[in-house]
Amino acid sequence: MGLLQYFRQEKPKKGSAKLAKDRLQIIVAHEHSSAARPAYLPEMQKEIVAVIRKYMEISSNDVKCEFTDKADDDISVLEVNVALPKQHTPF
Amino acid sequence: MAKVIVVTSGKGGVGKTTSSAAIGTGLAMSGAKTVIIDFDIGLRNLDLIMGCERRVVYDLINVINGEANLQQALVKDKRSSDLYIMPASQTRNKDALTKEGVEKVIHDLKADGFEYIICDSPAGIEQGAMMALYFADEAVVTTNPEVSSVRDSDRITGMLSSKSYRSEQQLTPVKVHLLITRYCPERVEKEEMLSIDDIDDLLGIDLLGVIPESQDVLNASNLGEPIILNQECDAGKAYQDAVDRLMGIERDLRFVTYEKKSFLSRIFGG
Repeated sequence: MGLLQYFRQEKPKKGSAKLAKDRLQIIVAHEHSSAARPAYLPEMQKEIVAVIRKYMEISSNDVKCEFTDKADDDISVLEVNVALPKQHTPF
Repeated sequence: MAKVIVVTSGKGGVGKTTSSAAIGTGLAMSGAKTVIIDFDIGLRNLDLIMGCERRVVYDLINVINGEANLQQALVKDKRSSDLYIMPASQTRNKDALTKEGVEKVIHDLKADGFEYIICDSPAGIEQGAMMALYFADEAVVTTNPEVSSVRDSDRITGMLSSKSYRSEQQLTPVKVHLLITRYCPERVEKEEMLSIDDIDDLLGIDLLGVIPESQDVLNASNLGEPIILNQECDAGKAYQDAVDRLMGIERDLRFVTYEKKSFLSRIFGG
């Protein structure tokens, strides 16, 4: 490498460690929240979908069950979100 | 009071067996009667790292199945009179490792006067790994400063707090220690590698020690001599510090900062 080139060298890019930490923070937090999720949740979600389907047309993707631990308040929250199609037709 | 310590990690190849061998040897050298149990059924390797592979006759599964007694299966270390190795079976299926069987072996080892029972866990989260951690009082989670290893360490820490005897019986939780291995201060300085603080932020486990990346580790395994016996090298010294901390002696962290060589010392090789 020529001397001139040596001095012209660009500042080395900041390393990849920061990105590694950011990615890990997200995945670790996500895995902690899913570890707290009870095992019966998928089964319950299926049953909720089945009950709603008796009355209106929805797909299994329209129901979302989320289970979160609120560490601060010492409670757990079960959130069931049902997205209904705009013009739902009663049977 | 006898202590059961599992050396675990989730991920393979991060230094569990190297660390088990070093920590077990270090504890035995302090005068405590110590046994290291290889839980890697079907893929035993502790015997090689300890340099006693030619003296293995019976193994853990033989003892569990009643085909040999404890004394027949324990291999006495040739360097330390207080150190014994319990090899894993090379042939059996890992399902041969039963909870009742492991419980009896650990109970008998305690009755035999062992003060430290080191369980060298296999990689993964299957039967062997779960049995290695189940009866633990303390755990050494071995982690490389690398994404997959950190994630797996987090998973295995979760297992320790939910799938161990102590958690199931609602006793004092397993005391979890973090052992960072293959640490490279120069690459951390260049921000190419996760730092001790990064890993601490992510895992939130008490730090037991930091073992620097070292060519001497391969050399030690080639020779079948635990790296801690080489007190000339940084890795050996760092393992000794970790063992001291495990026994409650305070030691400052060493070999964790990069000292840039000066221009002159680079020229003169200082």
